[in-house]
Amino acid sequence: MFDPDQLSVEIVQILDENGNGDERQLAAFSDEWLLRAYREMRRARVIDERLLRMQRQGRIGTYAPFSGQEAAQIGSALALHKDDWIFPSYREVAVCLMHGMPLEQFFHYVQGRLSGKRMPDEVNIFPTQIIIAAQTLHAVGCAWASKLKGEPHVSVAYFGDGATSEGDFHEAMNFAAVYNVPVIFFCQNNQYAISVPYRKQTASRTIAQKALAYGMKGVLVDGNDVLAVYETMKQAVEAARRGEGPMLIEALTYRLGPHTTADDPTKYRRPEEVETWRTKDPLHRLRVLLERRGLWTEAQEDAFVAQVNDEVTAAYEAAIASKSGSIVDVFDYVYSEAPKLLAEQKDEVMRRKQRSGVR
Amino acid sequence: MIEAINEAMRQEMERDPRIIVLGEDVGENGGVFRATDGLLAQFGEERVFDTPLAESGIIGTSIGLAINGMRPIAEIQFLGFVYQAMDQLAAQAARIRFRSAGRFSCPIVVRSPYGGGVRTPELHSDALEALFTHSPGLKVVMPSNPYDAKGLLISAIRDEDPVLFLEPMKLYRAFRMEVLEEPYTIPLGQARVVKEGDDVTIISWGATVPLAAKVAAEMEAKGVSAEVIDLRCLQPLDLDAIIASVEKTGRVMIVHEAVKTGGFGAEVAALISERALFALSAPIVRIAGYDTPYPVPSVEDDWLPNAERIVEGIETLLRY
Repeated sequence: MFDPDQLSVEIVQILDENGNGDERQLAAFSDEWLLRAYREMRRARVIDERLLRMQRQGRIGTYAPFSGQEAAQIGSALALHKDDWIFPSYREVAVCLMHGMPLEQFFHYVQGRLSGKRMPDEVNIFPTQIIIAAQTLHAVGCAWASKLKGEPHVSVAYFGDGATSEGDFHEAMNFAAVYNVPVIFFCQNNQYAISVPYRKQTASRTIAQKALAYGMKGVLVDGNDVLAVYETMKQAVEAARRGEGPMLIEALTYRLGPHTTADDPTKYRRPEEVETWRTKDPLHRLRVLLERRGLWTEAQEDAFVAQVNDEVTAAYEAAIASKSGSIVDVFDYVYSEAPKLLAEQKDEVMRRKQRSGVR
Repeated sequence: MIEAINEAMRQEMERDPRIIVLGEDVGENGGVFRATDGLLAQFGEERVFDTPLAESGIIGTSIGLAINGMRPIAEIQFLGFVYQAMDQLAAQAARIRFRSAGRFSCPIVVRSPYGGGVRTPELHSDALEALFTHSPGLKVVMPSNPYDAKGLLISAIRDEDPVLFLEPMKLYRAFRMEVLEEPYTIPLGQARVVKEGDDVTIISWGATVPLAAKVAAEMEAKGVSAEVIDLRCLQPLDLDAIIASVEKTGRVMIVHEAVKTGGFGAEVAALISERALFALSAPIVRIAGYDTPYPVPSVEDDWLPNAERIVEGIETLLRY
């Protein structure tokens, strides 16, 4: 018999919420690495806050903010090679930026353009997934292909706690373990699926322990500790690259903002709970460490934030200035070659466009 | 037909090392109908995979395999089981080219047996093609004989888009036919005139084509000249072949196994009324499955389109 109450899953943490940690463990991270991780997280936070404001101003469409989850996203993405594959959900903006998505590209997406989900050809990111957990299977298939071709690339499926209730998640975990493919299941447990809390989502005490049932390794990591996330992800990725198969990582974190700009989280979360998690902010603890080491100052912070804000403005303006697609373009990417009846519909649209152009 | 399908896959796998086969029981067992018989022995475990029992998993991983350079041929053991993979087919595979604005394509073939009259348990016989013709991005191919099955399957495998290849179970071993030994292709989207005629046009696809052809031959003795058109492919559709025949005969019957309401026959009838209404001498007749779930073996023969219903339909058309 197996009793889940007897199962103990310990959480991996290197840097606690006050910026303290075991000095020997901390010594493994260079000043340069710590600064880079902090800058990337700060950049992500500034971008997220700007996007939220821009949505409120009506300059972009619906947006799913990720503030609070920067350590989970940046820490995991920092452990990847450029050639590795990422299969994101809609909340993985920081991951995608780290992995090479141009910021301007993201503006195309939130402005609802046809080109919104087209990443540059050299960026190995699959189009943002809306259907919960559907991308986990694509990641497994992609990793499977890497294995069959003898390529050393790893695929990463990013998803949230809600996704672990979907059938596709279970099928993906099962296929991955059966075929022993180089895929990482990276779950950001931000504790809410829109309004539904973790305890209503699953009776498992952790998501990490779900790995056991598939014959796979699982690990629970403090998702607000970028050092622990990076270290955990690095080990998982290296193991997968060595042919040791898949791993499930649960990064325990918290979504400080709403599910999307269309959501009011005060209806389902108490303010005290949010305040508690603000004290565990992933940026705060790393900044404390950097300041203690004399690596970062208030002035540097201000200059950096201003620089990112300029970057956001420039990317937004570039997106606005670029040519937007039209209804004529929707016919071009349905099939490799438009079937006759579809081509007729395109002709009809073009004729109408031309007529209105004359008027 | 099953041998033609097997040969098409074998020859294509010999040609292109990126092609792999995956599905339930497709390995050691060679598929429940033996469509993949011998492929594991010839190509090994790196090319032919017995998957876990999970339809969404089969299609979802095929998508990932395809975008990373492989050419998967996935089998859904019976088409009725495809409901469990509907998201991965209709919302994922079908849309990847569109979603990525052309960066990714999804060259997968999903083979699946369908069709009634073979005394199966529930959900083994349903003809569900209309679910997929309503999903832009998918191609839908439905062969009705061994020669077409081989040529169409090879085309499907070489196609850059996701193709559903629906195989009429009843015709797997129904009749023998000369099939070219070497690989050949039949373009997707070309109908075939099975029998020429002047009085009535019978449009059909897949499982009901041999039935329509048989009735048409019998009607010939009674002095009725029926033309039979096998669409072979519903998406893309050969509308020109349909219109040409309608303009010749002016009387149209559509025969399919799928339930009548919202079936692909309704789309064909609508296209004819849009483009050749004034060529018609009589209202279009549809002979299809009734609007019920596919029934149990004891009554399925009376549920499926049969010779009696087709003859009756032709007589109705000729009364005008």
